Amino acid sequence: MTWTDGSASRMAAMMTRLHESRAVTGVRRFTRAESWVHRSLTAIMGVCAFTAACLYFPPLAEIVGRRRLVVTVHEWSGIALPVPILAGLVSRAFRADAGRLGRFFPHDWRWLRAAARTRRREPALAGKFNAGQKLYAAFTVGAVLVMIGTGLIMWFPRLSPLFWRTGATFVHDWLALAVGLVIAGHVWFAAKDPEARRGLRTGYVPRWWAREEHPLWQAEPPEPEKEPSEP
Amino acid sequence: MDDTTAGPSGTPARAHRAGEAAAAAPDTAGPDATGPRATGPRAGGPDATGTGARNPGAHSPEAAGRGAPVGRRVVLGMLGLGAVGVAVGGAVQGKIDNVLASVSAEDPTGVTGLLPGGGGFRFYSVSDSIPHRGEADYRLTVGGLVDKPATYTLADLRALPQTRLVRDVQCVTGWRVPKTAFSGVLLSTLLEHAGVQRKGVALRFNCFDGVYTESLTLGQARRPDMLVALTMNDKPVTAAHGGPVRLYAAPMYFYKSAKWLSGIVVTDEVQPGYWEHYGYDVDGWVGKSNGRNDDPTS
Repeated sequence: MTWTDGSASRMAAMMTRLHESRAVTGVRRFTRAESWVHRSLTAIMGVCAFTAACLYFPPLAEIVGRRRLVVTVHEWSGIALPVPILAGLVSRAFRADAGRLGRFFPHDWRWLRAAARTRRREPALAGKFNAGQKLYAAFTVGAVLVMIGTGLIMWFPRLSPLFWRTGATFVHDWLALAVGLVIAGHVWFAAKDPEARRGLRTGYVPRWWAREEHPLWQAEPPEPEKEPSEP
Repeated sequence: MDDTTAGPSGTPARAHRAGEAAAAAPDTAGPDATGPRATGPRAGGPDATGTGARNPGAHSPEAAGRGAPVGRRVVLGMLGLGAVGVAVGGAVQGKIDNVLASVSAEDPTGVTGLLPGGGGFRFYSVSDSIPHRGEADYRLTVGGLVDKPATYTLADLRALPQTRLVRDVQCVTGWRVPKTAFSGVLLSTLLEHAGVQRKGVALRFNCFDGVYTESLTLGQARRPDMLVALTMNDKPVTAAHGGPVRLYAAPMYFYKSAKWLSGIVVTDEVQPGYWEHYGYDVDGWVGKSNGRNDDPTS
């Protein structure tokens, strides 16, 4: 027991130190719940996209084979995609960030115009999430829903007329290509920004990074429920 | 939504509260007053240059402070587009197929083959790898309810009368490859040589991938467009396409044309094949089964 107590208190002390050091050097960007939502969504999306590639690209299909197994894994991973998001809604921080991602403010429109004009991100016009991230999030939600809808039509072919199935295949195939490209862009931007990745990994980002990349972060109107009591 | 609407930090007080709220946990410091807003010229930039601060009185729904629900609009828009796509997809894909067919004919890179509808054959296999058999180790056995069971080598099969068919290939998942040539030995020839017994009703096909099976009734198998195929487009059938020997059931969906054919067994009842255990029709006529209405291929 004493050993357990001792190790527990050592652990607590360590966590406190870690916590303090981060609080001093960084800004809290994501909670653990949010990190886990992202992590599990990444894993499921990875499985779904990989099995899709195995079903779709002949060279991969020839290596992997096992078509029925791959189809089953693809179907179930696809249908599971909303689970992390729905589970995340339990978290207040996730709901708040979902609200942030879903809403555009004047600077977001300016960010988009600047991006269209200069082909570059304009960090000065970014809140906690820039307009590109907001559009990406919305696209992902829309794409997952459309893919699930069209996927179900193909999954249960007896339930719908051929006309629908052909159309569903059309949408599913082409949207899959679009999703692939968009995810590649997402990974590309992440690969270029280690601090953003650290934000998702640890929950904290350096102060300078928040200042440079998301200067309007604190300027965005909060969710009503997040309104803190005035000191 | 445009620049004339009130900016997010139209009033300093609101901006300040928002800033504190952005820190998710109260015990961690957010980008507070000493953070982004107070330091660096950049932080003040957008608000100083943006018209939001100049024109705080302009009103739109967004000016109320919650912003425009663009995310919701994007999602709903995509759902709408998806529905439209399902409605018109068949016709559009048909046109795309035509364009891609003509483009890919002159595309040495094969990139167009990776686009939906652009690629001709898709590779489908239910086993874990592509099995390989060649001149030395390939055997086709014909057995079951027959008087003269037989085993054929590739050379034996080539020595029999060859039939060449040029038909469209239609997959039950929708893709169709026009004008594909297969040649080989008619199933009816092999059945004649074997001497089917009176009890025989159907054929079961076994494959050397160890997994796939198929079936045909004797009546179907004796049609003049049912081949044990040795060549595809006038070249030996490759391993990926089911070589060295595959079934080619021309009038049926392509899942009936079992790859890697290694055994033909005459049975006294129809034994449904691999996919038929998962809901595909046993009698896989193109256009008249599996709820599809494709043009016949044979």
